[in-house]
Amino acid sequence: MVETADEQRAPARRAPGFLSQLLRNRKASIGLAVVALITLLAILSPWIVRDPGAFLSIPLQPPSSEFWFGTTGQGQDVFAQTLYGARTSLWVGFLVGTVVVIIGTSVGVAAGYFGGAVDDVLTTLINVFLIMPGLPLAVVLAAYLPAGPLTLAFVLVVTGWSWHARVIRAQTLALRHKDFVNAAIVGGESHARIMFVEILPNMTSLIVSGFIGATVYAIGAQVGLEFLGLGDVSVVTWGTNLYWAANNQALLTESWWTIVPTGFGIAIVGFALVMINFAIDEVTNPRLKAEGAWNAKLEAARVKPGFSTPVLRKADG
Amino acid sequence: MRYILRRLGFYLIAAWVSLTLNFFIPRLMPGDPASAMFARFKGMLNPEAMAAMREAFGFTDEPVYLQYWTYLSHLFQGDLGTSVVRFPEPVTEVIAESLWWTLLLAGSAVVIAFTLGTLLGIVASWQRGGWLDSIAPPALVFLGAFPYFWLAMLLLYGFGFVLGWFPLRSAYGDDVTPGFTLEFVGSVLTHMVLPGLTIVLASLGGWMLSMRNTMIGVLAEDYITMAQAKGLPQKRIMLHYAARNALLPNVTGVGMALGFVLSGSLLTEIVFSYPGQGYLLLQAVQNQDYPLMQGLFLAITFAVLAANWVVDITYVWLDPRTRVR
Repeated sequence: MVETADEQRAPARRAPGFLSQLLRNRKASIGLAVVALITLLAILSPWIVRDPGAFLSIPLQPPSSEFWFGTTGQGQDVFAQTLYGARTSLWVGFLVGTVVVIIGTSVGVAAGYFGGAVDDVLTTLINVFLIMPGLPLAVVLAAYLPAGPLTLAFVLVVTGWSWHARVIRAQTLALRHKDFVNAAIVGGESHARIMFVEILPNMTSLIVSGFIGATVYAIGAQVGLEFLGLGDVSVVTWGTNLYWAANNQALLTESWWTIVPTGFGIAIVGFALVMINFAIDEVTNPRLKAEGAWNAKLEAARVKPGFSTPVLRKADG
Repeated sequence: MRYILRRLGFYLIAAWVSLTLNFFIPRLMPGDPASAMFARFKGMLNPEAMAAMREAFGFTDEPVYLQYWTYLSHLFQGDLGTSVVRFPEPVTEVIAESLWWTLLLAGSAVVIAFTLGTLLGIVASWQRGGWLDSIAPPALVFLGAFPYFWLAMLLLYGFGFVLGWFPLRSAYGDDVTPGFTLEFVGSVLTHMVLPGLTIVLASLGGWMLSMRNTMIGVLAEDYITMAQAKGLPQKRIMLHYAARNALLPNVTGVGMALGFVLSGSLLTEIVFSYPGQGYLLLQAVQNQDYPLMQGLFLAITFAVLAANWVVDITYVWLDPRTRVR
């Protein structure tokens, strides 16, 4: 098969365009920096903090200069547990994000590309998993499997893949009848090649935001399942931190420091990831893009924003 | 009408998929979960009762399709087995007792959060760049990033323990007897405040943002410009012209989000020891009560499907186009 110069250039030109645009966005760069910082701290935690499992001091000490976040009901260092907990929680989160993207993208592209009966079956499957409440299904699955991070990852993929598949299917449907796809079909390319080489590169932003969305879901749901006691309670994770805090009657003993740091860890990572997704939306959604430019213009002209959406028409295109 | 029937068909398929999943999960798992499950009953049940129980769940030496048939016929008779935690009560009874509390708590919280979030979204989109539009969305999204049960713990700590304004646990006080008395209803309401507030706080941001974003799309339509040009009152344009149309995609969103919000509300129940499905789920997990767990999965899934159907009916009522098709 002869590849034209255009074909070779097209994906290469598009991909950096989206990513560099994204990096120039303020929300995205802050979000990315926060996630990177926390990931780095998590990776380096064995060299930064004390052993999170060791019984170091008197139980339930409030935060002090020696124990920045206080101690747990067993006299463990809460600061160490918070950093260590990020390791497993983030690792499982990113793993689930990756697998969800792979499964969701494959199912979504296949449904949108083949259409007909394949689409009917796959779409029904997607919708069924979308509507089924995640937590009870995850609980039933996790209860039958041996406790541990990998079990949780599996369970979260089963309950979380459908959202991404739905988004990708919709976008594939929109691209399905474009000229370049028809040209590829006429050119005799294989189905797999059309789906993954022709169509897929046009959905970079959706795949990235799908990955982020699935990661946020995985971190939150994983914490919830571990809080229920479905994780391996001997592993230090954000979820088991809260599980032990609740088991040690954190509220009755008024030891707020055993729950607050972990909660903020989860929320900060989640918020930073969501910020990146908002930025992706801003960069790729023409209406929001126009809105941003318009707001900048209004601000420059010191005009108060009005009630109608601006339609930008640039004279020079 | 056809739309509603088509959706009903989909819900039947979804119900069948969840029934089937529920049947196969214990059988596909490594090891011998059936024995593990029945090991819990040792000493509680005599051999005959054990055999009856195995049969009730379809765990016999019959081929799988016959087991499946037995399982389905038992299910349609409302027989989900016997609970371990609440032995010897049947699972269906245990679930039925607590279902109302979950429906009451999650139902009212979702309605309040949706209404409030939608109103906030309308106002925010109307005054774009105003203080509400610039402060509320990021603040609420940040709040939504906390796990539901974590917010619940914090609210319980702050308003329950430290300030002592609200009761700490359960759905009503020990001093009142259930019944349609003013005292009882008041007690139920005060016990609902904190768990309800948790769910509302955690989910408000999502509703507000999606309403704001669809509103912005609708506000760009020509008929809004036309309405402005006609000099209609602003309030009328905002509520009758823009919000009414922006509401439609948001109502569809309710169905999608319901399962997620319900999952959060189940965990919230646990923190407040609220006697609903979530609290039962915790007990089932702690005691490896598989029959109860699986019964809860089915009950909650069916509740979500039913709620989605109600959302669909609302949608048809709101959108005349679906009535023609």
